[in-house]
This record gives sequence, structure tokens and C-alpha cells, in this order.
Amino acid sequence: MRRRPTGAFRRSRGKVSARFTASQAVILRNLVSQVAELMGGVTEPGPAVPGTADPAADPDAARPEEPEAFLEEMAAMLGTAGPTSPPEDPVLARLLPDAYRDDPEAAGEFRRYTEQGLRSGKVAAAQTVLATLPAKGGQVRLGPEDAQAWLRAINDVRLAIGTLLGITEDYEDELEQASWADPRSAYLEVYHWLGYIQDSLVRALW
Amino acid sequence: MSVAPAEVEREEAGLDAVPDTPWVTIVWNDPINLMSYVTYVFQKVFGYAKPKAEKLMLDVHHRGKAVVSNGTREAMERDAEILHGYGLWATVSHDR
Repeated sequence: MRRRPTGAFRRSRGKVSARFTASQAVILRNLVSQVAELMGGVTEPGPAVPGTADPAADPDAARPEEPEAFLEEMAAMLGTAGPTSPPEDPVLARLLPDAYRDDPEAAGEFRRYTEQGLRSGKVAAAQTVLATLPAKGGQVRLGPEDAQAWLRAINDVRLAIGTLLGITEDYEDELEQASWADPRSAYLEVYHWLGYIQDSLVRALW
Repeated sequence: MSVAPAEVEREEAGLDAVPDTPWVTIVWNDPINLMSYVTYVFQKVFGYAKPKAEKLMLDVHHRGKAVVSNGTREAMERDAEILHGYGLWATVSHDR
């Protein structure tokens, strides 16, 4: 008889749990770390505003002796350090989408006030996975909050890989047809596996 | 089968056009997010019962988008922000 496959979550005693092999743990930890890195890490200052440095800022008003890092930190605390234009990188643009479709000004304003929080939320979710998934694999048991973090972190990785691969809704056909020589096939397999973990987690939480 | 009153109230507030609160949050279809996950997020974020959440998810899937909540602009921006946290592609709009 087959044991329950690894990476499948189920509910037990008020928590959800799953078992991961060492290699699965390495892959998953690696992927969520990459997303956290992409999001800038938790202690990193805000990203440089891409090409949209505030033209209204008067250069004469800025005293040269003021430490720039401190100003950035202050601005981040005040929630005004965020960029106002969407990222050009398609993965970043998918993880940090515009909230207005046909109103760049409103989209920029929304982004300015929310992007930092969105980034740090994604970093925090990734860190929860790293803190709860043993590097050597084994049993993972998650309370409600950690389970939410896992859902989000796995979803972020799926969004990143799916965007890179140009995933369509028919990707499973591609997966079946892809030869092992196709460099995409390994990523498709991982993408598929992540969907399996996430779906099992949703069903365990329902 | 019965639905809890609070959920009914929230459904009506979320789905019927209310003249005073013309702002809406829209979720767009994408090929990556799982149908089960999107349904779960609608339940979690809006407190919708599972059948309602599933119907909204299917609207997104088949029609390309669905209005998932309406209210003041501030409330819709808050909804969009939360949905972005879950990785859903949500936008705020003044009309349907």
C-alpha cells in the first residue's frame, strides 16, 4: 500500500500538517528565499524609485550633509518611499500589480502607499516557511496563521515561475508533451508540484 | 441548506449596485492562481459562504473578471491591497 504522498497537507488536531523529504524541503526553501530576495528582504531600504524621481523636489532644499539612508528610512516609515510606476520586470509586475487599470496617476498613488507593505508581507510569508520547514525535511505542523503564510508564499512562487514560463491554462498538456531535454520541463514539474501542495493546503483548511 | 444571516448581508452589500457607493473591486482572471485557492481567498477576505465564493471564482474564470466587492473608494483600495497580498490580480474601478 502506498503512503500518503509527501507534500500533501491534511488536518490533524486543529492544525494542518504535511511531510516533506529533504530534497523537497531544499527546493521549497530555495524558491521562497528567492522570492523574498526579489521582494527586497525585510530590512532592506525601499527600492530606488525607477526613473520617476520626484521632479517637484527642489535640489536646493536638500541639505547635502543630510544622510540619504536616514531620509529613506524615515520616508519608508512614513509610507511615502514607494515607487509610483509599475515594475518593468514581468515577474515583479505580477507580484506587485497595478490597482488601477486605466488611471496611471491613481495607480501610482496607490503603489506609493502600499508597495512597501506588500513587499514586506511577502517577505514575512517567505520567512514563515523558512522558519517552519526543516532544512532536512520531515513533518511540518502549522497553526492558522502560519498556514496562511504558507498559502501566500507558495502562491508567490507559483506566480513567479508561472510568469517566467508564460504558463497558460493548458500547461498540463505542455507538461505531458515536454521532453526531458526541454529545459522548461523541470520547472513545469516544480510548478505542478507547488500547485499540488497549495491545493492540498486549501482543502485541509476548508 | 441555509446561509448565515451575516453572510447574506455581506453578499448583498458586496454584489448589488448601491448608488451611494459606486466604487468596486474587480478580480481578473489569470492562468496561474488555482480555482480552489481563489475560492478560499474570497471566503477568507470577504467572509462569503463557499457557494458564493465559488460562483465569483467561476465568474472570474469564465468571464475574465468579476466584481467582488463594492463600497467607498478607500474600502475598495483596502480590499485590493489585501487581495494583492494573496497574489490575486485585483483592481479598483469607479464603474462596472
